Amino acid sequence: MADTRKRGKRGKRGMRGKRGRAGSIATHAVLSLGALVMVFPFLWQLLTALKTLAETSRVPPTFLPDKWNGASFEEVFTALPFREMLTNSVLNTVGRTLGQLVFCSLAAYAFARMRFRGRNVLFALFLSVLMVPSSLLVLPQYDIIQGLGLLNSAPALFLPGMFSAFGTFMLRQFFLALPKELEEAARIDGAGSFRVFWSIMLPLLRPALAALAVITAMWSWNDLLWPLIVNTDPAKMPISAGLTSLEGQYETNYPVMMAGSLIASLPMLLVYVFLQRHFVQSVALSGTKG
Amino acid sequence: MSVFPSTAASKAAGRTAATRSKPRGQRTAYLFIAPLGLGFAVFYFWPLLQTFYFSFTEFGAFGGHTFIGTDNYLRVVKDVTVWQALGNTLFYSLIGLTALPVAIVVASLLNRRGLRGVAVYRALYFVPFVTLPVAVGLVWNWLYNGDFGLLNEMLSRFGVDRHYWVSDPSTAVYAIGTVMVWSSTGYYLIIFMAGIKGIPRDYYEAAEIDGAGALRRFFTITLPLLSPTIFFASVICMINSLQTFDLIYIMMAEKNPAIGDTQSVVGLFYKWAFIENAQGAAAALAFLLMLLIAALTYLQFRLQKRWVHYG
Repeated sequence: MADTRKRGKRGKRGMRGKRGRAGSIATHAVLSLGALVMVFPFLWQLLTALKTLAETSRVPPTFLPDKWNGASFEEVFTALPFREMLTNSVLNTVGRTLGQLVFCSLAAYAFARMRFRGRNVLFALFLSVLMVPSSLLVLPQYDIIQGLGLLNSAPALFLPGMFSAFGTFMLRQFFLALPKELEEAARIDGAGSFRVFWSIMLPLLRPALAALAVITAMWSWNDLLWPLIVNTDPAKMPISAGLTSLEGQYETNYPVMMAGSLIASLPMLLVYVFLQRHFVQSVALSGTKG
Repeated sequence: MSVFPSTAASKAAGRTAATRSKPRGQRTAYLFIAPLGLGFAVFYFWPLLQTFYFSFTEFGAFGGHTFIGTDNYLRVVKDVTVWQALGNTLFYSLIGLTALPVAIVVASLLNRRGLRGVAVYRALYFVPFVTLPVAVGLVWNWLYNGDFGLLNEMLSRFGVDRHYWVSDPSTAVYAIGTVMVWSSTGYYLIIFMAGIKGIPRDYYEAAEIDGAGALRRFFTITLPLLSPTIFFASVICMINSLQTFDLIYIMMAEKNPAIGDTQSVVGLFYKWAFIENAQGAAAALAFLLMLLIAALTYLQFRLQKRWVHYG
C-alpha cells in the first residue's frame, strides 16, 4: 500500500500530460464499473432484506424500501435454529483451523528441518492428498464418523478437515526460508527439538500461520458438501447447510432469504475486513510459491 | 488447491537439515509427523482404498457389500445422465476459464503507474470470493428471478422480454456459469497482481520510451511474462471447476425443470451416494472424475510448452 502512494506522487510530479490524466480517468471508470458489478448484488441483498414481502413482489421493483423493515431478520431466527447453526459454523471453523495450525506446522517443521529415513517418500505421499477430489473420500469418511458415533455432532464437521496437505506444504516453504542460525544457537544452548520449534520457530512463522488460518477459516465456514452429508439434524448443521433448508421453506420469500444469507456471510466478511492483508497473502502465496 | 512440489527445494532441505541422522533425532522427527500422518491415514488414505473397493461392490439394503466386478463402471458409462453431467461440468470449466482474461485485464489496469486506490479496488473485487457460496447463490437467484428479479427489470429497459433465467434449460448453465466467473475473478486477480508485481518496471519504461502504446506493452510484456502464472491459474481453475457443486446445489431448487441440464458430476455423485443409495456406482463415478481431472491436468502440462515462457 505504501508503495502505491509513493508511485502516485511520482506519477503526479513526473512527465504526465493531458493524455496521462485522461487515461487515468478512463482506468478509474472501468475499474469502478467492475467494482460496482462485484458489490452491487450485496447491496441489493441488503435492500431486499429490509423490504416487506409485498414490496418485493412489485413490478417494477422499488430501489430503496418504502418502509425500512427489519422483521425479516427476526423471522430468520424463528424459522430455523439459526443461533445453533451459527454456533456450529463457529465450532467447525475453529476446530479445522486450530487442527491445521497444530498438525501442519509440526509436520512441516520436521519436513523442512529434520533428517530422517523416508522423508521424501512421506512428503510426496502427503502431497498426493492434494490431488484427490473430496468425492473420492466422503463415502468412507461418512462410515468412519458413523462408526465413531459422531454423526450429527460438531466433531463430525471438523474432524477430517483438521489435516491438510496444502497447509503442510505452505508452512514447509516458510520454514525452509527461515535462517538456521537462531535454531543452531538454541540447540547449542541445549534446547530440545520441541522447545526450538515452539519458542523459536513458531513465533517467526506468525505471518504464514495467519495466512493459513484465514484461508482455512474461509474454506471451513463456506464448506457445504461435507456438512450436508454428516449433519442432517438442523440443530447440528452449520449455517451453510442451514441456508439450503431456508430455500426449501421460503421458496419465494426473498426478504427472509436475503436476511438469512446476509447474517450467514457476515462473520466471514468481518474477518475479511479486519484481516484482509492475510487473505491476500495466502492467495498470492498459493499462486506464486508453486 | 494444487501446489507443485519442487524437488530442488526438498534436496536443498536435505542438505541444510540441522540434525545429523542419529536415531534419537529420527524418532523426534517421526513424532512431529505422527499426528498429521495418523489423520491422513484415517481420513484420506484408508478412505481412498475403501472407495476403490466400493466401486466394485453393491451395497445391500441392510448393509454389507457384494462384489460385482466392473458392473458399476459399466453402469456409469452407459448412463445418459452421467454423460450429460460430464458435458455440463466441462462446460462449467470452459466458462470458468473466462474469469482469467477478465482478471488479467483488471490486474494490468491496476498496475498503471501512479494509480490511486489500488488496495480499495482489490478489496472490493475479492469480496464475492470470500462470501459464503450458498449466500451468493441465493442472492443471484433473486437477481435472476423471472417474475420480480432485477435483471429482467433492467433488461426490459432495453426491450428484452422477461425470462426465467435459472429454470429455462437453455439459459440455466449460462446463468450459473456467470455467477462462477463473477465470484472467482477476485481470486485470480490477486494471483495475477502478485505475478505482475514480479515483472520489472524497467521493461515497461523502456518500451514506453521506444514508443510502445499501452496495448502493445500489454501484449508484448505483460502477457508473455505472466504466462507461467496464467498457466498455474488455469490448472487451478480447471481442477476447481471440474469439482463444482455448491452453487448449482443452491441455485437449482428441487423442482427446477433445468436440473438435468445443469447438474455437475459431483452433484450427481452426491445424489447417487447419499440420496439414492447407489454408493457403488457413486464410487465408480468418483474414480472416473479423478481420471478426468488427471487427464486434463496432464494435457495442460503437455500443452504449456507451446505457450508458457519461463524467463
